[in-house]
Amino acid sequence: MYPAPFRFHRPSTLQEAIGLLSRLGDDAKVIAGGQSLIPMLKLRMGDMTDMIDIGRLPDLSYIDLRGDTVHIGALATHAEVAAADIAGRIALLRDCGGGIADRQVRNRGTIGGGISVADPSGDWPTGLRVLNAEVVCTGPNGTRQLSLDDFIVDAYTTVLGAGELLTEVRFKLPPAGSGGAYVAFKRAAPAYPTASAAVQLVMDGERCADIRLALGSAGATSVTSAEAENLLRGQPLTAENLGAAADIIVAAAKPPADARGSEAFKRAMLRTLVVESAQRALARSRGEQIKGEHRYA
Amino acid sequence: MLEAIQPVSIEVTVNGHNYRRDIEPRLLLVEFIREELGLTGTHIGCDTSYCGACTILLDGKPIKSCTALAVQADGCEVTTVEGLEGEQQLHPLQAAFSEHHGLQCGYCTPGMLISAYSLLQENPSPSREEICKGIAGNLCRCTGYQNIIKAVDAAAKGGN
Repeated sequence: MYPAPFRFHRPSTLQEAIGLLSRLGDDAKVIAGGQSLIPMLKLRMGDMTDMIDIGRLPDLSYIDLRGDTVHIGALATHAEVAAADIAGRIALLRDCGGGIADRQVRNRGTIGGGISVADPSGDWPTGLRVLNAEVVCTGPNGTRQLSLDDFIVDAYTTVLGAGELLTEVRFKLPPAGSGGAYVAFKRAAPAYPTASAAVQLVMDGERCADIRLALGSAGATSVTSAEAENLLRGQPLTAENLGAAADIIVAAAKPPADARGSEAFKRAMLRTLVVESAQRALARSRGEQIKGEHRYA
Repeated sequence: MLEAIQPVSIEVTVNGHNYRRDIEPRLLLVEFIREELGLTGTHIGCDTSYCGACTILLDGKPIKSCTALAVQADGCEVTTVEGLEGEQQLHPLQAAFSEHHGLQCGYCTPGMLISAYSLLQENPSPSREEICKGIAGNLCRCTGYQNIIKAVDAAAKGGN
């Protein structure tokens, strides 16, 4: 399967890339790692006359802690994020970056691409949501910073404007007493998740001081629930409390029935995964070293 | 519609040999390797980034060459299964696959070998679980994986 013909551009600077993208408009597509774009092009999905390769732009692969904020350049690969020092401190990054697809895909795919594609089954959009991540977009009018919630507005749809690129993801370093986890269930390593859940929490003794929950493959965009989170804040994270919160957030999900499973199956899976993620996050908040594992056959 | 597309000139080192070619930008890396260079050891399986039969090393890291454009490999080093073999001498992994019946039809084998090779480079003594994770991006419809895992384990332990 070949993609349809296109012209190829390899800008050497970010400004040049933005200039090209502004000039070529919707006829151009941006490629970084290409792990989502190339399969789509081979299926002849989407019209495109020009490809702009940003994969070699300089200084966009950093993974840095500056002050209390983690900054990840858009071109950092999934494998690079999972192996970064900071992933040793924020276990959810290792779960997510080290669990996406398989080694081959993780060596090519980038965090910026994984967010910008806005696939409803994507791992990063759900995982990063519970870290309250923000994205930095750079375009002809300079940069702007917006929350991930505001960035992804629908399935495969972001608010990226004409000539604009996602250039960075950033989020605050979680406070002491934090733990997080992301768990996906998929049919096989290279498959997109059937269902996934992310939890990031802060414990104060036996009580939960703060918690964020998110579900992936659960509707057009990842699903959160302030009601479920409020139920848990200030409470011990007992199986009963977690189960009640899981019921609330799963009720807010709208998983489509498809080849990966019926709606009822997916709801049951989402419920299991959010409880499991919370328990893993809780154990990690106590300093237990638990390896992140996505579930697949 | 597009007017004639200008070919792009690329230079790629494959298994230690330098190649310069003018190619269409849409040419997939696996097609470049097979059709332009005639190295047919790298197989096209699913062609959808699922099966891993087309796995090669790009600058030392395993990737799926059906999901990369040849133009993205410009200036890079590629290793294919042909690059594992020494002078008339099987690589220890290849010998272990032969010894432990780690293949039946052989279609997935080049990709399996490359994934296993890079796994052992990163982790010379993998546990059984680490072997399973290491080859999780490579599907085999014949063996049930058991003999592949045995072969990788044996190669890691140096006893074929």
